[in-house]
Amino acid sequence: MVRSRPVTVTRSWLALAGGRLGPPLERQSRAARSALQRAARRLLHLWRSSLQLRVIASTMLLGLIVVLLLGTYLYQRIADGLVNDRVLTARAEATSQTRAAQARFDSAGRMDAVSLTQLAFDIVGQLSSPGADQSRQVILTRASDNTGPASVPTVLSGEVGLPRVPAGLRSAIAADPGHQQVQIVSISAPDGATVPAAMVGSRVTLPAAGRYELYFVFPLEREQQTLRVVGRTFALGGIALVLLLGGVAYVVTRLVVDPVRRAALVAERLSSGRLHERMRAHGEDDIARLGKSFNAMADSLQKKIRQLEDLSRVQQRFVSDVSHELRTPLTTIRMAGDLIHDSRHDFGPSVSRSAELLHNEIDRFESLLSDLLEISRFDAGAAALDVEATDLRVTLDRAIESTAALAARRGSRLEVIPTDGPCVAEIDPRRVERILRNLVANAIEYGEGRPVTVQLGVNENAVAVSVSDSGVGLRQGEAALVFNRFWRADPARARTTGGTGLGLAISREDARLHGGWLHAWGESAVGSCFRLTLPRHTGVPIEYSPLPLKPKEVPSPPGPGSGLGPRPVAASGSPES
Amino acid sequence: MKGRVLVVDDDLALSEMLGIVLRNEGLDVVHCANGTSAMGLFRETRPDIVLLDLMLPGIDGIEVCRRIRAESGIPIVMLTARTDTIDVVVGLESGADDYVLKPFKAQELIARVRARLRRGDEPEPEQLQVGDLFIDVAGHAVKREGKPLPLTPLEFDLLVALARKPWQVFTREVLLEQVWGYRHAGDTRLVNVHVQRLRSKIERDPEHPEIVVTVRGVGYRAGPP
Repeated sequence: MVRSRPVTVTRSWLALAGGRLGPPLERQSRAARSALQRAARRLLHLWRSSLQLRVIASTMLLGLIVVLLLGTYLYQRIADGLVNDRVLTARAEATSQTRAAQARFDSAGRMDAVSLTQLAFDIVGQLSSPGADQSRQVILTRASDNTGPASVPTVLSGEVGLPRVPAGLRSAIAADPGHQQVQIVSISAPDGATVPAAMVGSRVTLPAAGRYELYFVFPLEREQQTLRVVGRTFALGGIALVLLLGGVAYVVTRLVVDPVRRAALVAERLSSGRLHERMRAHGEDDIARLGKSFNAMADSLQKKIRQLEDLSRVQQRFVSDVSHELRTPLTTIRMAGDLIHDSRHDFGPSVSRSAELLHNEIDRFESLLSDLLEISRFDAGAAALDVEATDLRVTLDRAIESTAALAARRGSRLEVIPTDGPCVAEIDPRRVERILRNLVANAIEYGEGRPVTVQLGVNENAVAVSVSDSGVGLRQGEAALVFNRFWRADPARARTTGGTGLGLAISREDARLHGGWLHAWGESAVGSCFRLTLPRHTGVPIEYSPLPLKPKEVPSPPGPGSGLGPRPVAASGSPES
Repeated sequence: MKGRVLVVDDDLALSEMLGIVLRNEGLDVVHCANGTSAMGLFRETRPDIVLLDLMLPGIDGIEVCRRIRAESGIPIVMLTARTDTIDVVVGLESGADDYVLKPFKAQELIARVRARLRRGDEPEPEQLQVGDLFIDVAGHAVKREGKPLPLTPLEFDLLVALARKPWQVFTREVLLEQVWGYRHAGDTRLVNVHVQRLRSKIERDPEHPEIVVTVRGVGYRAGPP
């Protein structure tokens, strides 16, 4: 739902840009986008669902941060150490070399400019080390504050030219000529790369030419190489460490997550009814304790369920026994009653009337008893469905036939709207007929003599029957109550059909047993409609009912004086035949 | 209505009441109060019909039913207080032809007994054929390749009803009316159980019936002759 908004935005943007992008490109980009979205969704799902992944990822991330910080610090320290070391040796070397150069200049005595220049070249050539490794270069240049007339040009021993000497270094020497000055600069190596170098400068005095500055340039190539090796080692070590951390996290979480997953599996099996499933619980650790307490829970659960099952069995047994024990004497009473009833004309009027009352009340007692037993069978979960493929039209015909006498007595007309074709479903015809008989009898009973409409409906996976009347109807909120046991809307209304008050409750249980629905709709003084919807195949759920619950055209309320009383719904499980 | 009824029921009041009602109909009634002596009394009195309570002291009703069926094909009507499918089906499968649910009305019981005893009238001589079965209606005999197959009268009636109109599909309700004599809706489980019992006796392979064929969603019909 939340995701749909950006998608539509993207689409509309793409649609706008469609002219420029061209259809194939648009399609491609859309496909890529959706693939990306799918991947992201999958990743998010994995992240949410896997504790292991989360633990490993966070461990590795933390490990990476620590390794980076530590590595950087150590690298810095090593680099500083190396440079300082080199600078120290550079200083020592420069000191001795400068001293030697000064001595040679001093011993040269006075000479002309050309010889002095030659000497300077010689000295610089000597100072820069022999060999090709160019471990140091030398620059001899006039001090910036030397404005004397005689001069020796700047002498270089390598590629590092005067402009490379930082102005800061020169001014530092000018400010403090008695001491060496050091600065790290970067120079170009012969292969073109930039290399840092330590530049040590000091003051020398040339005869006649005055103050000159002598710079030694020590390239830090070797140090840089060492640092590079160290850095690479650090990187490799860091990666290995992070991977190792990930591995350790994997192993540790496996140790913890695996038993948890096993526990989840066992719990799922338990909840699906396999009560004998247990966890393995070895040892003394936390996992073993989890296993033990889980098993203890399963044990007590199993015990409780067994107890309940036993109780239910006892209850069923009891119901069955009561059924038998009550029914046998009732049979005798019934037959005796019938016998007396058949010969009531031989007695006086009071005995004769008593015989009639006895006869009727035995009927009522019997239907009450059988409804009660039926309900208790549902309660005990002992009701079993006996399904066969049945044409609902046949079942409905039978139900209507058995209520014909009641309809005739009430003057109600039954209108049946059948389906075009057959209406076959896998149902228990005995139970469905009982439901329909009940609904039709109810509609006649509370339909105030007006026509009762029975409609059949069928779709791919459901069949339905709706029974609607235009009688007293139901008040608001009563539609939900009608299925309650012994519920009567108006206790003052006479119980004319001798209903037990259990009929609709049983009907709903019957519908539920099929995996079907039984719904009620009603409006005061307008009428009511009961709709039964059953799946066509056992176990296949109903998607929607083929029939509407509320009639499309609600008939106008009847005129005054036609009985606006609320409709007491109390259905009989076995209406009079 | 003439005939002898053996009532096997441990409830004395009910037995006496049954006796009164059945004698009023002109039947001869013999009473037996437990399952143990039922077989002896059955052999001794040779009743035309047995009314059998399912819950009996000693040997229970199901077993009594099975033993009577092993000896004879006479009609057995169960008296049962249990409506659970399994109880009714077990009773029918043990050999009962019909059952009456307690508490029943006197007329209901008499109608059931009458329907079972109705077979006294002499039928017209008639020969029928279904599959490889030859049915002699008057002689109450079914033969395959000259060998007689032992059917109870009810199973015989069921087969004859189907065989007389092999072109017609019979719904369970129609069969209940024609064979069992139910004028109002009855229990269609009766038909199911008896069709199965009939098939086990007459079909070569009861799993793939050829003589009594099921028409899904409607009922049954006789196979082609």
